[in-house]
Amino acid sequence: MSNLRWKVITVLTVLVVFSAVGVYPIVAARFGVDAPKFLTSKALKLGLDLKGGVHLVLRVQTDDALRLETETESERLREQLVTAKVTVTSVMPVGVSQFKVEGVRPDQDAAFRQAANEVSGNFDRDSGTNGTYTFSMKEIEQKKLREEAVVQARQTIERRVNDLGVSEPSIAQQGSNGDQILVQLPGVTDVNRAKEIIRSTGLLELKIVEQGPSSTRESLLVGGQVPGGMEIVPGVSGFGDTSGATVYYVVRKAAAVTGRDLRSARPSLDENNRPAVSFSLNTEGARKFGKVTGDNVGRELAIILDGRVQSAPRIDSRITSEGRISGSFTQEEVQNLSLILRSGSLPASLTYLEERTIGPSLGADAIRSGIIASVVGLLLVIAFMLVYYRLSGVNAVVALLFNLIILLGLMAYVGAVMTLPGIAGFVLTMGIGVDSNVLIFERIKEELESQRGVRASINAGFARVFLTLLDTHIAALISAAFLFQFGTGPIRGFAVTLSVGLMSNLFTSTFVSKTLFELVLSRRHQVATLSI
Amino acid sequence: MHIFKNTTYDFLRWRWQAIGLSWVIIIAGAVMFATRGIPLGIEFAGGTAVVAQFDQTPSVQQVRTALDQHYPGGGQNTVVQLYGDSSLRQVMIRVSQVGAESGASLSTEAQQVETALRQGGVGNFKIVGTEIVGPAVGRELRTKGLSATVLSLAGILLYIAFRFQLSFAVGAVVASIHDLLITLAFLTFFRYDMSLNVIAAILTITGFSTNDTIVIFDRIRENLRSMRRDALGQVINVSVNQTLGRTVITSGTALLTAIALFFFGGEVLHAFAFTMIVGIVTGTYSSVFIAAAIVSFWKGKAPTRAAAHAPAPASAPAVQQPTRKSKPQRKARAS
Repeated sequence: MSNLRWKVITVLTVLVVFSAVGVYPIVAARFGVDAPKFLTSKALKLGLDLKGGVHLVLRVQTDDALRLETETESERLREQLVTAKVTVTSVMPVGVSQFKVEGVRPDQDAAFRQAANEVSGNFDRDSGTNGTYTFSMKEIEQKKLREEAVVQARQTIERRVNDLGVSEPSIAQQGSNGDQILVQLPGVTDVNRAKEIIRSTGLLELKIVEQGPSSTRESLLVGGQVPGGMEIVPGVSGFGDTSGATVYYVVRKAAAVTGRDLRSARPSLDENNRPAVSFSLNTEGARKFGKVTGDNVGRELAIILDGRVQSAPRIDSRITSEGRISGSFTQEEVQNLSLILRSGSLPASLTYLEERTIGPSLGADAIRSGIIASVVGLLLVIAFMLVYYRLSGVNAVVALLFNLIILLGLMAYVGAVMTLPGIAGFVLTMGIGVDSNVLIFERIKEELESQRGVRASINAGFARVFLTLLDTHIAALISAAFLFQFGTGPIRGFAVTLSVGLMSNLFTSTFVSKTLFELVLSRRHQVATLSI
Repeated sequence: MHIFKNTTYDFLRWRWQAIGLSWVIIIAGAVMFATRGIPLGIEFAGGTAVVAQFDQTPSVQQVRTALDQHYPGGGQNTVVQLYGDSSLRQVMIRVSQVGAESGASLSTEAQQVETALRQGGVGNFKIVGTEIVGPAVGRELRTKGLSATVLSLAGILLYIAFRFQLSFAVGAVVASIHDLLITLAFLTFFRYDMSLNVIAAILTITGFSTNDTIVIFDRIRENLRSMRRDALGQVINVSVNQTLGRTVITSGTALLTAIALFFFGGEVLHAFAFTMIVGIVTGTYSSVFIAAAIVSFWKGKAPTRAAAHAPAPASAPAVQQPTRKSKPQRKARAS
């Protein structure tokens, strides 16, 4: 008897706890009742397909990070060679992870090798024939750079998304190479703005203009080549010119200041009251900027964003910590640009692999049809169980409702996300969940037929079926596990619902249902028949 | 109430007919697959889908004409269909192309579809959803979906082999593969798109159909102990009959919920629910007719092996483990 009392207490405790976690916050939110904070914070979250929003999959072009490293390294070697007075014909990158040095004179070979040893630790050098050396980035270094690029890109995207003010965004790395980033922005409707902000490289560089602007690139070449230490950057033609024609500038390759030296950026207005972005530099940046502007008063400073000159104002006096980017911006562009600059630049460019936009109305339809299907399915199953098993059917229905409460509570507790396939999993859990009750009841019927007493039949029915139930549930869990492994967003929701449903079903169909039988039978001394 | 009370159907007698019927469906599905292929959903094939909600529902033909005239490449390879409940006045347009997989240009096709609709004068509308999947994602999902299915079958095989015997595991997995092929055949007949949701349904079915099979196997195992004097075929028949009520009822309840999803679950779950319905029916059928038949084939061969090895357990019974010993004995009984 006391054994039974403990069972009842366990069942009731489970009921109260899971109702509080899983059901109460939903009901409270639906009817506008106050609920304690610690409960509402755990309330079941809706997936993107139900709530509406944007789902993006991006690939980080990790080759960019490698290419940059290769260029930097070849540049360092070139400088080293100048210092060591070794003359070569050319130093240039080949592909993303290699660079080639040509024309090393035989008498300078030893000096070259020594100079090369000073730098390029992350590169393997081949033996060198006819004065040509190829430097290849070490595999381990390539792998490290690629991984770092993805992590940095993810962090930058996180900062930008947070700055956008999206609630509960989800940003994660995925894909077989680990170079994909999944971005989910619930409730966002302005997809294009979100997309632009996320993928803008946001690389700000301030460089001194040596020559230009000119309307053609060719006219800036000296002897058909870009002057040493310089580069040619395209840009929009001057202020007030709305023709949008491209002009070219020759600028120093080494940037005076880059986005890394930025402390903050905010929207402002320029002297003509047009939208602009004001920025301030950190101490290190201010020192460098002060020196460069002081040395170059009267010349022009190119403000380059993602490889395009936005404007090239004249330096009137030495500037230290404050600056302004003006150009032909709209108010919104200025907002976006400040946000991008604040969040830092991306280490590599991004491409979109997948885009999914779910309007709020589509999400609402999905919820509505999901709920209708659930209710209809539930009613059908309940009706069937009551007709077929009569009073024992009531037992099964109680176990089923219990199962649903535990399922909702567990999902809310582990922070699972409810998706439309998740609702389908919910409905199916009910259909498949009564399976266990049916199995037990059918067994009890058989035991009753072999002329056993009611109590003995019930005990035998539960005892004999338990191992079978364990087997069927584990087999189903195996397939749910692979489903989880395979799936993305919504499908994962389905796999989670199914797995959690299977586990709570094992508890309700054996423990809860048996306790109910015992409870009913404990009030009667002689039991001759069972309504089943 | 009690359906299938004390039935004595001879299921094994019908095994050849059952296997024949299954082969007919599977081969018809294969022929259909070879000639017309299986339509791939956007997740796997890649492409652009746009759902537009109109003030007044246009006819599919009107939308097609608009695309023919204003969408680059015309409307030939596009799918245009009414989407969701008719009161929502939604139309889905799916084209196989996506913008270049570089930068932000993936969505250019979606914009072109929108522009074509605006220029085509099919009435006021707003875009309520878009789905653009580049080829890279589709490729990755195809391999992942296949490997998940194979791995999940292998996992179930291992588990049943561990809990029962290899012959049972083979029976269960053959039944699962059977369900898979039949379901795929029906998907090709009814031209449902192979989507992520459908794959999810298929994986669920592999778990669910093994469910039924395990219950029957469990009973066979139990009866093998109590019906020592009976032939294996007899034991299998009795076991299937004893569990018949349960097999039919549970499939029935699961089927009720799947049907509720099919009719009320909305557009997104339509193919999913269809797959579940087919899977549940074929899963029940295969548990009753196929799985047990496979066990009887597999074990039916065993007596000859057991007979050939008969002297071995007899000559050295003392050194054998009890569990080891029970196996050849059971096989001998089966003869």
